[in-house]
Amino acid sequence: MSEQSPQGAARPLINAKDIGIYRDGRWLIRHVDVTIQPRQIVTLIGPNGSGKSTTARTALGLLKPDEGHVHQAPSLTVGYVPQSLSIDWTLPLTVKRLMRLTARPSAGDIAGALERVGIPHLGDAAVQTLSGGEFQRALLARAIVRAPDLLVLDEPVQGVDFSGQVAIYDLIRQIRDETGCGILMISHDLHVVMADTDSVICLNGHVCCHGSPESVLESPEYLQLFGKRAAETLAIYRHHHDHAHGPDGQILKTHQGDHRHDG
Amino acid sequence: MMDDFFMRAMVAGIGLALMTGPLGCFIVWRRMSYFGDTMAHSALLGIAFSVLFDIDLMIGVFAVAALIALLLLLLQRRGTLSTDALLGILSHSTLALGLVMVAAMPWVRIDLTGLLFGDILAVSRLDIVAIYVGGAAVLGLLAWLWRPLLAATVNPELAAAEGLKPDRARLLFMLLMAGVIALSMKLVGILLITSLLIIPAATARRFSPTPESMALLAAGFGAVAVALGLFGSLELDTPSGPSIVVAALVLFLISLAAPRLHKAQAKRAIEKGHR
Repeated sequence: MSEQSPQGAARPLINAKDIGIYRDGRWLIRHVDVTIQPRQIVTLIGPNGSGKSTTARTALGLLKPDEGHVHQAPSLTVGYVPQSLSIDWTLPLTVKRLMRLTARPSAGDIAGALERVGIPHLGDAAVQTLSGGEFQRALLARAIVRAPDLLVLDEPVQGVDFSGQVAIYDLIRQIRDETGCGILMISHDLHVVMADTDSVICLNGHVCCHGSPESVLESPEYLQLFGKRAAETLAIYRHHHDHAHGPDGQILKTHQGDHRHDG
Repeated sequence: MMDDFFMRAMVAGIGLALMTGPLGCFIVWRRMSYFGDTMAHSALLGIAFSVLFDIDLMIGVFAVAALIALLLLLLQRRGTLSTDALLGILSHSTLALGLVMVAAMPWVRIDLTGLLFGDILAVSRLDIVAIYVGGAAVLGLLAWLWRPLLAATVNPELAAAEGLKPDRARLLFMLLMAGVIALSMKLVGILLITSLLIIPAATARRFSPTPESMALLAAGFGAVAVALGLFGSLELDTPSGPSIVVAALVLFLISLAAPRLHKAQAKRAIEKGHR
């Protein structure tokens, strides 16, 4: 399972070139390139309104670009983990039923996926009773039970406490290693970016900078967009030595300030 | 058996409840009860147009309700007024327009009370055929639409990303609602249609572990409410449409007293896991 054929490098899952979306007299995004290979983790970061979601939706083929073009691998299966959603109490939904929302997995596959994300005991629990971290894991299990070629995660750790965030990032990396799927992550929470990210695309209507997490962190465009203070508090999470990002409390305490955009 | 007006009312009402139960679940889940009300209120405008252009009432009501749904989608896209305000405008202006148009046509005799509150005891055999054939079509379409609609209810972005076309599901669902309103208007009346959609679904919630069981239970509770309401109206000589709604309300109130099955189950599952 862990070794995938090398053809992936030649055939990207998604190749969006120079895409632009024009709405109500302005370009929401313009001249944006996104390429995702199998086994590759690509992270889109940027403040709210910077066009992260628009970029992701266009790359997924849900919006027709007004400029540029998008190529998808044929019969691409997408697994989507939405941004912290709340499910109305009126909708009775157990974790197992959630898993069958868009696919028809076998009971064994469901059990396997729940086991994989570490919540094998919660299959019969109503989703409304789960904690933030448990619910994110359930959503992740729902996405991977589809055996996706591409996993799309929109703010996967929102509403999860810091140690939980680290665990979920670990899980995402493991899933990538085991299944060989490509991963597109969307994040406006700049405080933790996965070190395993192969490519960071920093957006502000256009691509303001891109590259490895380290190079983006040092680029002047990034500093200008998010401010020096934000850059200083950004922690690149490394899964083998998590002491590197300093005292946890200090990092979490830096949420106030003008660079923080909630909602 | 069908010669008896009471039996006809019973058969028609139960047929209606089987359709409104599952559909009503989606209205509750998607928080669309005000939207349902708006479409129901537009039915009077549909009747006025049907009379004016001499077309079948059900077709006229369906067409106008569907148009109102499309109009709402268009206005929502412009994004100037909130959906809440738009619904308020559409709901009462279509009702008022319908009332004005009906009054402006003195040559037609329309039983306004019957339209507003329904007249289930006047149901004909043809109406019963329409309800069962139309109802089967509505339920068939809903079953076909179930997966994308449920996924879109949980999260439209998720449904879209995984290829389930949530916008199309939503549009078809609105057309289904227009169909149900056209089919049920004669029986329970314009002002009471949404209660048959919402109250049985709300009653079923506490006893349902899955969306599917909630839909089935809602249909069952609706049918029981129809039966109780009709017998009650016979016994107490009360108007039948409102009596059915009161019966549904009584069932709902009883359900509130019942223990929360679902919560208890969920707790147990969690406790088991954390052992």
